[in-house]
Amino acid sequence: MSKAAVIVFPGSNCDRDVAIALESAFGHPPLMVWHAETALPQTDLVVVPGGFSYGDYLRAGAMAGFSPIMNEVVARARDGLPVLGICNGFQILTETGLLPGALMRNASLKFICRTVACRVEARDPFFSGIYTNGQILQLPIAHNEGNYFADDETIARLNGEDRVAFRYADINPNGSRENIAGIYNEARNVLGLMPHPERAADTNLEGTDGAPLFESMARALAK
Amino acid sequence: MQARIHITLKPEVLDPQGKAVLHALGGLGFGGIEDVRQGKTIDITLAETDRSVAEQDLIRMCETLLTNTVIENYEIEIDGI
Repeated sequence: MSKAAVIVFPGSNCDRDVAIALESAFGHPPLMVWHAETALPQTDLVVVPGGFSYGDYLRAGAMAGFSPIMNEVVARARDGLPVLGICNGFQILTETGLLPGALMRNASLKFICRTVACRVEARDPFFSGIYTNGQILQLPIAHNEGNYFADDETIARLNGEDRVAFRYADINPNGSRENIAGIYNEARNVLGLMPHPERAADTNLEGTDGAPLFESMARALAK
Repeated sequence: MQARIHITLKPEVLDPQGKAVLHALGGLGFGGIEDVRQGKTIDITLAETDRSVAEQDLIRMCETLLTNTVIENYEIEIDGI
């Protein structure tokens, strides 16, 4: 039985939403791991959820990147453990260096909370195998720092290595370079994205375009 | 020992806050402003008395936590210098 673990920081606020989405896809609830833990339980997937870890002090995700559990997450990710970071989780993964670039303040200087069209740019058998390349998803975003920045060399590498997972398809809501909404690391076992698939994984809520992400991972792990 | 760290966005990184301040200053009638870049300052009081040791410590603090070197530059000032 494949297991997922969700990291919980002081200030996380999407941890329960993502737990419900994972439970629905995996058939059983994930393990919830408090940030002060120094070891991960046995798990096949780590999710770093959205929210405002440590109140976004200093920079969004900066403090959380150095919390005890993240040392372990970084070490295990470097050994190949799949890690998914959503919104603040994406910010944290860039701060730890697991993903390149940085998430800067939105170009509009406004917090943006709306549903946007995102294109599946590079499907991955593990994270997004159920989607098709080019598929347009309606996914909610809710962030103040979603403006993806990386230098020209990094952007060229991301494009050349097919590591842009998702791009904003209609409008660019936050000023991110090349409409980037989500990226993979070099080994493709780490995915970070600003949109919230867990908020679009229940028929009673904002559509269900996010559900296949969790179903893809459950399916890949069940094999 | 008193240290002050000046953190600024790298020149190639767009600074929407600086742009907003630029426009606001223009709106208030301040003319001739060509550019505004906004940064932040962190003051740190250190027990260390050896300046070069303090400087090495501060560099490590900046590189690990205080700045994100993907987007930010920093300058360290110790006791006003």
